Amino acid sequence: MEKHYTDSKVKGVSTGTTILAAVFDGGVVIGSDSRASIGGDYISSKTMNKVIQVHDRIFCGIAGSLADAQAVTKAAKSHLSFHSVQMESPPLVVAAASVLKDLCYKNKEELQAGFMTAGWDRKKGPQIYVVALGGMLLNQQVTIGGSGSTYIFGYVDAKYKPNMTREECVQFATNALALAMGRDNVSGGVAHLVVITEKEVEHVVVPGDKLPRFHDE
Amino acid sequence: MALSTVLETPGAGFNFENATRNAALEGLFEGGQTPKPLKTGTTIAGVVFKDGVVLGADTRATSSEVVADKMCEKIHFISPNMYCCGAGTAADTEKTTDLLSSNLSIFSLNSGRNPRVVMAVNILQDMLYRYHGQIGANLILGGVDCTGNHLYTVGPYGDVNKVPYLAMGSGDLAALGILEDGFKHNLELEEAKELVRSSVHAGIMSDLGSGNNIDICVITKQGVDYIRPYQESEYKDERKMKYKYRSGTTKVLTEKVVPLKLEVVQETVQKMDIA
Repeated sequence: MEKHYTDSKVKGVSTGTTILAAVFDGGVVIGSDSRASIGGDYISSKTMNKVIQVHDRIFCGIAGSLADAQAVTKAAKSHLSFHSVQMESPPLVVAAASVLKDLCYKNKEELQAGFMTAGWDRKKGPQIYVVALGGMLLNQQVTIGGSGSTYIFGYVDAKYKPNMTREECVQFATNALALAMGRDNVSGGVAHLVVITEKEVEHVVVPGDKLPRFHDE
Repeated sequence: MALSTVLETPGAGFNFENATRNAALEGLFEGGQTPKPLKTGTTIAGVVFKDGVVLGADTRATSSEVVADKMCEKIHFISPNMYCCGAGTAADTEKTTDLLSSNLSIFSLNSGRNPRVVMAVNILQDMLYRYHGQIGANLILGGVDCTGNHLYTVGPYGDVNKVPYLAMGSGDLAALGILEDGFKHNLELEEAKELVRSSVHAGIMSDLGSGNNIDICVITKQGVDYIRPYQESEYKDERKMKYKYRSGTTKVLTEKVVPLKLEVVQETVQKMDIA
């Protein structure tokens, strides 16, 4: 998983970030922190939502240059909407991920943004796809990204179990985000979580002071 | 998109002709500096309140250490329900907001609808992203439309954020301190005006690039109240003398009239058909 979203390479506002997605029994949770910074010195937004909706049941977590990520997700949203009108049915999650991958791969020289697409579709249920910086597309059950992800690889590897319940998965995601935000200076603020299931989409926001605390805090 | 622009959509990819020209010019100057673009070292701020949006700005435009304009207008008209504050390179903010305003009025005429704030933001984002940061415009766009009261920030690279309060420009850190302390949701009009005024004032006091007077623009469903200036600088000086000369100050000594012989070379008549 690419972790080189360091601000020194990104011009303008960057989402030095922690993003995470995990599949549970019946759905998927995708979450992020909420800090956007310029050059790692100035926090330009404390409440940025990095989980962007690209279709009814498909969301995208962004990392890297904010301008690039917003431009790509806008283009992807429009593509997907057109695709879904043509097919007369909601798009598959893999279709959304492919659209992003195509944009990232074809413009890899100019773009500095990575994504994780999570959603639910009728064919394969809940899925997560990672689209890395250069345009690699990979399907995973649980994935983390952004500069803060380096601090929680151990936690995620140890604590993730397939087929968790929704509550267990949301708690797992909140803990992981809290741990990453606690160690990474360019991740912080509130935790944005989106829980996607067949029936509905729920946006949970955990404010900074309600995040779980660990032994040394 | 056809509704909003009269100009053709630009070709695919980025157009960096001007950037390469600038780089070439720098080489020509041989160690000297290319003329620096006029930057509006600035403090601009915006706040969403109960009935609309309040935007505020200082009025100083600087060219290195000299104040080039003491009464510069930094709150630009976009449409009857939207105004935009600009920080960064003065020419870029002027032209970008002008372009946006023209496109939106064409859209209004074509579609018969009032433009929404999100539409303006999307057009700005598309344009600034296309130029990859070469257009140095840091904008605060505020407006009221049928979906509510909105305040957005657009950065030079094309990143957009929707916020309830905001400050930008070289004096933004000082202004943000005041805003962070005083902001509450659903402020009343006078509270909101006072909050914006004091935040721009803090920017003026702490930043050399900001100064002179404070402009305030209040946008509500009922209309726009553009108060220019809202607060005048305490350091205004009185001009003791007028620089206007009475006619007759310079004596006319001789007068010579030379008629210009012009030949009609070509005459075309275009009939206007108003049937």
